[in-house]
Amino acid sequence: MYSFEPSDEQKMLIDAVMRYAKSDLRPAAHDAEENKELPLKLINKGWELGVLQASIPEAYGGFGERSAVTGVLAAEEMAFGDLAGSLAVMLPGLFTMPILLAGTEEQKKQWLPPVIEAEWKPYSAAMIEYAFDFDPYALKTTAKASGGDYLINGEKAYVTYAATAEAMLVYANLDGKTQGFIVPKGAAGLTVGEEREKLMSLNALPLYRLKLENVKVPAANRLGGEAGHDIEPVLAAGRVALAALAVGVAKAAFEYSRDYAKEREAFGVKIAQKQAIAFMLAEMATEIEAIRVLNWEAAWMLDSGKEDAFKQAYLAYTGAVDMAMTVTDRAVQILGGHGYIREHPVEMWMRNGRGFAMFTGLAIV
Amino acid sequence: MIEFEAPKPIAQQQFVLKTVAEEMMRAKSRYFDDHEHEIPYDYIEFMHMAMRATGAGSLAPKEKKEEAEDPNKPKRPPIGYQMLAHMLEMLSWGDVGMYLVTPGGGLGAAAVQSAANAEQKAKFLARFGEAKPTFAAMCMTEAGAGSDTSAIRSTAILDKEKNEWVINGEKIFVTAGDKSITLDEKFGKGFVVVWASIDPSAGRAGMRAFVVEAGTPGVSVTKMEHKLGIRCSDTASIVLQDARVPFDHILGSPEVVKDTKGFKGAMATFDATRPLVAATGIGVARAALEFTKEKLAENGVTIRYGLPRQKLTNIEREVIDMEIMLRSAWLMILKAVWMADNAKPNALESSMSKVKAGDAVTKVTQKAVEVMGPLGYSREFLLEKWFRDAKITDIYEGTGQINRLVVARQILGYSGAELR
Repeated sequence: MYSFEPSDEQKMLIDAVMRYAKSDLRPAAHDAEENKELPLKLINKGWELGVLQASIPEAYGGFGERSAVTGVLAAEEMAFGDLAGSLAVMLPGLFTMPILLAGTEEQKKQWLPPVIEAEWKPYSAAMIEYAFDFDPYALKTTAKASGGDYLINGEKAYVTYAATAEAMLVYANLDGKTQGFIVPKGAAGLTVGEEREKLMSLNALPLYRLKLENVKVPAANRLGGEAGHDIEPVLAAGRVALAALAVGVAKAAFEYSRDYAKEREAFGVKIAQKQAIAFMLAEMATEIEAIRVLNWEAAWMLDSGKEDAFKQAYLAYTGAVDMAMTVTDRAVQILGGHGYIREHPVEMWMRNGRGFAMFTGLAIV
Repeated sequence: MIEFEAPKPIAQQQFVLKTVAEEMMRAKSRYFDDHEHEIPYDYIEFMHMAMRATGAGSLAPKEKKEEAEDPNKPKRPPIGYQMLAHMLEMLSWGDVGMYLVTPGGGLGAAAVQSAANAEQKAKFLARFGEAKPTFAAMCMTEAGAGSDTSAIRSTAILDKEKNEWVINGEKIFVTAGDKSITLDEKFGKGFVVVWASIDPSAGRAGMRAFVVEAGTPGVSVTKMEHKLGIRCSDTASIVLQDARVPFDHILGSPEVVKDTKGFKGAMATFDATRPLVAATGIGVARAALEFTKEKLAENGVTIRYGLPRQKLTNIEREVIDMEIMLRSAWLMILKAVWMADNAKPNALESSMSKVKAGDAVTKVTQKAVEVMGPLGYSREFLLEKWFRDAKITDIYEGTGQINRLVVARQILGYSGAELR
C-alpha cells in the first residue's frame, strides 16, 4: 500500500511538537542566537514531549519502539520552531540511538535507562573533524587495540555540549572502519576546548573541540562489543534526521516570506501578486515537498529494512542540503533589504540552511 | 500509516508491462522516431486486446463495480489512479510516443468521464470496449489560445429547429487527433471533445465541451505537426466548419450562468490528469538515467553513494542529483494520485507534481546526454531521443509556468483576479 498519511498516534505527536515549536522554540530563537544561550527550561519542556523516550523500548527505560518515520515527522515540526533548540532537545539521541541500533544487549541495559528515565541531560557524540575534506568513512581520529582496551587519539570538532556531557560516543578509525566508542565524563586524556566553536549559525548551542590523547576505552565500551558494528545504519539515521530538520527550517523560511509577501506592497499591489515573487514561492513550496516525500520514503525504507534504504537516506540528505540552501536564500531575497536585517529571522534560517552540508552526526532519529 | 510499498496488483501489473515496454515498444522506438506519422498497428492492436482482456486502460479509471459486500473482507482503499500512474510510467519507459497512441480514449474519454451524465457516458464510452481499437482526443488549444484557455474563439450555436449544435473553429495540437476523427477501417469510430463557447459575451462562463464523432461532415484534419519528439504520436490541426452535432452531445448544462463554475469544473479534470501526464515524463527520464548508469558501469565508473559531496567526481554528483530529482518527482506524483484515489482535494499537489516532474525530466535527460558526451548525442542510441521526448512533459497538460501559477494561487490563497 501507498499512504502519505501519518497514523493517529503520529498525528498527536506532531501536534504536540508543533505547539512547542511555535509557542516555545520560535519566540526564544532570536535571543538565544544573539545571547548565545539556550535556557535549560526551554530544552526540558521539549524533552518532556517524550519523542526520544517513545522510540526506546520499555526494557531500556522508554515506552515505545524506534521508528525513523516518527522521528522524521517530529524533527520536521521541531525545526520549524528553531534549529539550535531542536538540536539541543534531540541531543541525548546522539548517544542513545546508535546504542539502540548497534549496541550489545549489555550496552543497551547499562547506558539507555539512565538517559531516558531522567530529566534532560547532555549526552553527546563526537563525529566531525576540523578539515575541509572531512569524511565519516575515513576519520583521522584513530582507535587502536591495546591490551584488552582501545586507545583513542585525535581531534574532534562541533561536539554539542561537550563541556558538560555525562558521556559521549566518540567515532574513530579502527583499522579503516569507523567505529563508535562510549566515553564517560572525565575520561583521562580527554580535553574539551576552553572556548566554544565560533560558527556561522547555531550560536545558541554550546559546541566544542575535543582533544583525545591516549584515551583508554575498555573493550566493553566499543559500540557493538567485540565484533564492533556497521556504521551505515547510524549514518543513515543521522541523514534522515538532518533532512527532516532541513525541511523544517525551509518550511519556516517559506511560510515567513510568503506571509511577508502578502503584506508588503509595491507599485500598488502586494508583492505576492507579482509573478516574480509568486513563482519563487511556488518553487520553494514544490522543492520542500519534493525532499519531504523523498525523506519520508527513506525513513520508511529504514524502518522496513529495505535493501536500498541507506542509499535512499543519502539521496534524501543530499537533496535536502541543496533544498535548504535554495529555499532559505529565496526567503531572504523575497524580504529584500529587510531579509538581511537580523530583526527578521530569515537571515538566521539562511545561515542554518548553509550548515546542513556540515552537520554530519549532529542529529539522529 | 506512511507507507511506500507498491500494492500487489500494481506490482503484478508492472511485471507484465515491463515485457510489453521492452518488446513491443523499445524495440521499435528508433523506427517510429525516424518514420514520423507512421502508425504502429501492431502495438495498437496488441494493447487493445490486452486491455479488453484485463479491463486496464483508459485515462479515466473504471467506475466502482457494485459488488455484494463481504463483511468479513477488509475494505481496500481504491488504487485506480495509482495503478494508472504506474502503468503510464512503465509504458513511457518503453516509448512515450508510442504510449500516446494507446487506444482507449485518452484525454477525450477522461473529459467525458469527469463531465458527462450517465446516459452520455454509456453512449460515448462503450465503444472503447468493442472489437476494434478506438481513439478519442481533447481539442482545447487554438492558434491564439494555448495556456490561456479563456481566449478560445471556437463557437457552438444551437440550431433550435433541428436541435443541433453548429460548431465553428480551428483547433491545433490535438494529440491523437487524426486517429480520433478520421475514419480508418482498422479502428472503431472515435471522437474528439471540442471546447467552444455557447455565448462569446459570457467569457469563461460560456465555455462548454462537445463530443464530435469521427465522420461528422464539416470536420477535417488540416495538418499533422512535425515535432521535436514524441514523433510516433500524431498531433493534428482540426477545422470545424458548420459541423453539426446532436443536442445531447454537450457535456454539462446548456444554460449560461454568469459565474465560472462550469469552467472551473473543466479545469478540475486537470487535477486528475496532470500527475498522470507527469508520470509519462518520469518513465522517459528513468530510461535515460538507467541507460547512463549502465554505460558508466560498463566503463568502470561506479557511483560512491555516501561520500561527502566534495569527495565525489563531477559525474558522480550529476548522477546523484539526477536520482534525487527523479525519485522525488515520482513520489510527488504518487502522492497526488493517492489523494485522487482517496477523494482528497489535490489541486495543489497535482500541479506541484507537474511542476517538479516537468523540471526534473527535462534536466535529467539534458544531463544524461551531457554526461554521455558524443555517445549521448548520437542517434545510434536512444538517449538523444529521450532528451527530445522528455521536453514535452514541461509543456503539455499545462506548461511549467501555468502550473506554477496554479501552485502560487493555492499557497497564497489568491483568486485568478488577484494573481494573474
